[in-house]
Amino acid sequence: MAAVTQHLSTRHLLGIKDLTAEDIHLIFHTSDNFKEVINRPIRKVPSLRDVTIANLFFENSTRTRISFELAEKRLSADVVNFSASSSSVKKGETLLDTVNNILSMKVDMVVMRHPAPCAPKFLSEHIDANIINAGDGTHEHPTQALLDAFSMQEKVGRLTGKKVAIFGDILHSRVALSNIFCLQKLGAEVTVCGPPTLIPKHIERLGVHVSYNRDETLAWCDIANILRIQLERQDIKYFPSLREYAQYFGVDRRALDRTGKELVVMHPGPINRGVEISSDVADSEHSIILQQVENGVAVRMAILYLLAART
Amino acid sequence: MDKGRVILDQPRMALTIDRLCYQLIEEFDDFSNTCFIGIQQRGVFLAQRILQRLDQAMDIKRIDFGKLDITFYRDDFRRRDKPLEASKTDINFLVENKNVVLVDDVLYTGRTISAALAALNHYGRPARVELLVMVDRRFNRHLPVQSTFQGIRVDALDEAYVRVEWEGIEEEDRVLLFGHKNEMDK
Repeated sequence: MAAVTQHLSTRHLLGIKDLTAEDIHLIFHTSDNFKEVINRPIRKVPSLRDVTIANLFFENSTRTRISFELAEKRLSADVVNFSASSSSVKKGETLLDTVNNILSMKVDMVVMRHPAPCAPKFLSEHIDANIINAGDGTHEHPTQALLDAFSMQEKVGRLTGKKVAIFGDILHSRVALSNIFCLQKLGAEVTVCGPPTLIPKHIERLGVHVSYNRDETLAWCDIANILRIQLERQDIKYFPSLREYAQYFGVDRRALDRTGKELVVMHPGPINRGVEISSDVADSEHSIILQQVENGVAVRMAILYLLAART
Repeated sequence: MDKGRVILDQPRMALTIDRLCYQLIEEFDDFSNTCFIGIQQRGVFLAQRILQRLDQAMDIKRIDFGKLDITFYRDDFRRRDKPLEASKTDINFLVENKNVVLVDDVLYTGRTISAALAALNHYGRPARVELLVMVDRRFNRHLPVQSTFQGIRVDALDEAYVRVEWEGIEEEDRVLLFGHKNEMDK
């Protein structure tokens, strides 16, 4: 049997940056088992039956929230949901007060999405529950990176030495940053590709290659992870038009055909069809977009399970 | 070298496995509606050995066999120091209306079997479930669980530890009794 450590090295999942490669392998190993669980006739195990989890979403989310909620329910945890739009945050309550109020109702774990970078870290310094970051501003989105890497590994085997390109809006993307950390810890080589205005300055210091040319990057990589253009975070224009972006950086069938090889295409969703990815690519046999969503539940179950073990 | 005392050596263990096979035939005849579920990890070894013997010596083949991991069903999660590492569950059939022979190496507190019964429910409603173990430790049961077929009955103190070893995984087939759990740490 493969030697796997039994403990995560951390009590919270704040970002991939804090995880070790062993942690990531342990999460993947456990996710394999949960993937089997969610494909059974009855997709539920009683592991977390005495654990209460609060999902605090201070920012909109559909799939991450549903994915977390399903993962929690399939582990038999008790779940309370909270979204900022319908809460006392609107009345001026601070983050710490809101969370302390929820915790005094005896909550063991908190899954939080927040627009401010490092809000989960702040929380972890002040409260006792296990914190899981479900996306904090433009900082990290660790569970997405883990499910992306898990899906890649499932498709192409071990990621050591594999070439992964991340396309699109790197500047506003927490998924990109978490993906870079995660892939590097697993030994993959990473290139980021997009218009210069959407690539953060000095990002090469993280040890990634930078490219402004879609076709060269597609020809280089084994896996293309295509990110969404986050129009809601762009208060100024970063490129002339969506049409021009699609023309130069969108991944479509013709661009894929020009590479003459089998690529794996991924997208964390939601997809802007016809902008960063064309419909024929998103729905093609190269795409593992729906597997990513399925794996999301298994990976989140593994994370909740492993963190709950560290009380 | 281990300090454990051998309470069942290789020749006796072979006899015991043969006896268990005959008892199973007596009970289930041609095994047409019967399946074996081995509890991960060490119950699987015993189940495999019995199926192998049924096949080779008695020419009984094609019995459904699954491996069940009970890690996610344990009642001591978050109550122990070490988290539990899961093994693979591999059951590619439903147990609906079948006779299930649940196989584990040692029956002690009964908690593993209780978790296994809960897990088994997720694969259908079996007609009945019988429990087969190599070692039945009769003292210190926490739950009302009994074995139907047992290799050997052992009456030992609570601090004692019984280990079933298998050729190919350990040196040879045998059952060892240790006076204290710490003694068996190599």
